[in-house]
Amino acid sequence: MRHVLSILVENEPGVLSRVVGLFSGRGFNIESLNVGPTLEAGVSHITICTSGDEQIIEQIIKQLHKLITVIKVVDLTHLQSVEREIVLMKVGAEDSKRAEVLRIADIFRCKVVDVSTDELTLEITGDQGKIKAVVALMQRFGVKEFIRTGTVAMRRSMQLAD
Amino acid sequence: MVLTGAQILMECLKREGVDLIFGFPGGAVIDIYDELPNHPIRHILVRHEQAAVHAADGFARASGKVGVCLVTSGPGATNTVTGIATAYMDSIPLVVITGQVPTHLIGNDAFQEADIVGITRPCTKHNYLVKNVADLATTIKQAFYIARTGRPGPVLIDLPKNVVNATTEFSYPESISIRSYNPNVSPNRKQLRKAAELIALSRKPVIYAGGGVVSSDSADELTRLAETFKLPVTTTLMGLGAFPGDRPNWLGMLGMHGTYTANMAINSCDVLISVGARFDDRVTGRVNAFASRAKIIHIDIDPTSISKNVVVDVPIVADCKNALTGLFEEVAKIKDVNWEAKHESWNRSLAEMKAAYPLGYAKNGGAIKPQWVVEKIYELSKGEAIISTEVGQNQMWAAQFYTYKKPRTLLTSGGLGTMGYGFPAAIGAQFAFPDKLVVDIAGDGSIQMNIQELATAVSYNVPVKIVILNNGYLGMVRQWQELFYHKNYCATCLHTNPDFVALAKAYGAAGYLVEKAEDLESTLEAAFAYPGPVIVDVRVEPEENVAPMVPAGAALSEMLLV
Repeated sequence: MRHVLSILVENEPGVLSRVVGLFSGRGFNIESLNVGPTLEAGVSHITICTSGDEQIIEQIIKQLHKLITVIKVVDLTHLQSVEREIVLMKVGAEDSKRAEVLRIADIFRCKVVDVSTDELTLEITGDQGKIKAVVALMQRFGVKEFIRTGTVAMRRSMQLAD
Repeated sequence: MVLTGAQILMECLKREGVDLIFGFPGGAVIDIYDELPNHPIRHILVRHEQAAVHAADGFARASGKVGVCLVTSGPGATNTVTGIATAYMDSIPLVVITGQVPTHLIGNDAFQEADIVGITRPCTKHNYLVKNVADLATTIKQAFYIARTGRPGPVLIDLPKNVVNATTEFSYPESISIRSYNPNVSPNRKQLRKAAELIALSRKPVIYAGGGVVSSDSADELTRLAETFKLPVTTTLMGLGAFPGDRPNWLGMLGMHGTYTANMAINSCDVLISVGARFDDRVTGRVNAFASRAKIIHIDIDPTSISKNVVVDVPIVADCKNALTGLFEEVAKIKDVNWEAKHESWNRSLAEMKAAYPLGYAKNGGAIKPQWVVEKIYELSKGEAIISTEVGQNQMWAAQFYTYKKPRTLLTSGGLGTMGYGFPAAIGAQFAFPDKLVVDIAGDGSIQMNIQELATAVSYNVPVKIVILNNGYLGMVRQWQELFYHKNYCATCLHTNPDFVALAKAYGAAGYLVEKAEDLESTLEAAFAYPGPVIVDVRVEPEENVAPMVPAGAALSEMLLV
C-alpha cells in the first residue's frame, strides 16, 4: 500500500543522504521524494511516498526516527490530508490539435506556461489521480517532455469522522 | 581560553574521562599527535587502523566505557570501516576520530582524501564532519553522549587539518540536549503489568537474553528475576555471561550452534521473555517456526528491534535495567502463585533434556580435540579469564565449552562476524584490566587477519594469551562444505600456515607448540604464567565439526549432529 511520510529534519549537510541511504540500504522503496526548507531556520521538510505492508511501513518509520537528525515523522496515510504535486508537460499542439489540447487543459485547470508553433507547455497541479487523468488524455497528442515534483502533503485541520 | 582544535580535542577527551586511546598517526592528524604528549592521555600505537578500532572496542566491551581511537585521513580512515561496522552491529560505544584533508581541499581528490563520513554513514550510529573549530567542543560532547546512551554505538568525527590548527575560545558544554534524539529509557507500567500477567499465566516460560543485558549492566536484575520466579534462561552469543552459566536453570546458548535444550525450550515454550536481544537469523532459524507457540514479551531500548523479524505481543521499549526492575516488581505483586510448584514440571523436563543432550564431542584418544582445549582453558583460568574470540569454529567452541559466569567476560564479534577481531580486542581488554588473564581463542585462519598486532602487544608488553586451535582449515567454511557442498573443500585448506611459534618469537613474544594431548595442560599453564604476550599453537583434529547445528533456514527444532 502507498504511504505518504512527512519528515522534519535538521537541515545539516548529509541529512538527505542519511534518509535516502536508509531506504536503499534496507531495501525500502521510494516512489517520490520532495525536500525543502521550512519557515524555521535550520529545519527542512522531506515528503516521501513509499509502499509496503504495515510491518514494513512501521519499520521504515522507526528507522527514520532512529536517525539522529530526524526530528519528527508523520504517516499521513491514515489521516485526512491534502496532497499536491506539480507537473510540467510539453505536449504536441500543431494548429489542428491546439484547440483540443487547450480545451482539456482548461477542464483540468492547467496553466499554459510556454507556447511555440507546434508545442504547448502545461503546468498541472493536483493529486495523483488528476495527474494520471491528464496524462491519459494528453498522450494521443504526443507528450514530448514530462517532469513532476513528487507529492507534498499536509494534514487537514479538521479530521472528520468517515 | 583560546585553544587550537588539537588542544580542544585533548581537553574534551579529558573531560569525558578518556585516559587511553588507540591510534596510528599520519599527515592529517600530525598536529593532534604533536599536542598529545602534553596531556595525561595514553596513546597506544597499533600496527593497523582496523586493530585500533577493535582494540578500542575490546576495551569498551570489557570496561563498559566508551572506546576511543585516532587515525589519519584516507586509508587510515577507510581501514577503520570493518572495526566500526563490527562495533555498530554489536552496539558497542566508540568514538572514532579521523583526520581529514583541509576543508578547502575536500572534494578535490586530494592526497589521502576519502569521504569517510559518506562511507561510514550506514555503519555508525552517527557521524560528523567538523568544518568550523567553533563547533568542535559541542560536537565531541554530542559524540560521546550519542555513543553511550540509548542503544550504544560507534560515532565518527572527521577533523580537517585546518580545523585542528584553527583557534577559538574554548568552553565545554556542561549539559547536552538534542531535540531529535531522546532514547526512551523508562518502561511503560501498563506494558510491564501485561508482561507480568503473561508470566503468571504461563506454564512453560523461557527468558531469551541478549547483548542488551550486558551493555545495560543488568545481569544482576536478570538473574534475580529468573531465580526468584524459577524461569529458565537461554542467551544469544552476545548475551553469554549475562546469566551465570553454572546455574541449574541455565539452558545454554540458543540458535544455530546452541544447545539442544535451549532450542527445544524455545520451540515448546508458551511465553518467551526476550530481553535486549534482536531475533537475529542465526538465533531464530526459520523465523515463522521460532517460538511459534509462545506469546512474546520483548524488552529493548531500540524500537526498530521490536517486531522487525518476529511480531511480538508485549513490546516494552526501555533500558533493560529499568524494565527488568519494573518487571520484577510487577510479577512480585501477583499473589497466590507458588512459583516453585508452577514451573516445576517444565524445569524438570528441561533439566532432564539437558542431562540427556549435553554439549559434547567424541573423545577418541587420538588427535587433540579443540573443544577439550577450550575446557582446559576454562579449568586453568578457573573461569575468571576474559575470553575474546576470532570468528568461525573457534568462536563457537569458545561459546560452548567455556562457562561464562559474569558479563563482559566474552568479547566476540557476534553481528558482523569479523575474523581478526579477537586479538586486537584482547589487547584492548587487557589495557582495561591489566591484572586479569585475557585469552584470545583463535583459529589459524582468523589470527592471520590481524597478526601484525603482535608488535603492539610486545612493545607495550601486553600479556594476552593467544591460543590457536590450529586445524589447518578455514574450519567453519570447511564444515559447511562437508555437510552441504559434497566435501568440495574449495579455498578452505591452509596449506602454507606460518610457523606460529617462530613468528611469535620473531616479534619478540613467546611461542609454544602443542602436538600431543599430554603437553596441553603444562603448556597452557606456562603460557598463562608468562609475563608477556604468548602464542600457543595447538594442533587439533583437522576435521572436527561444531555440533549441534541448525542448518541455515531450518527451524530450531531441526537440529543436526545432536
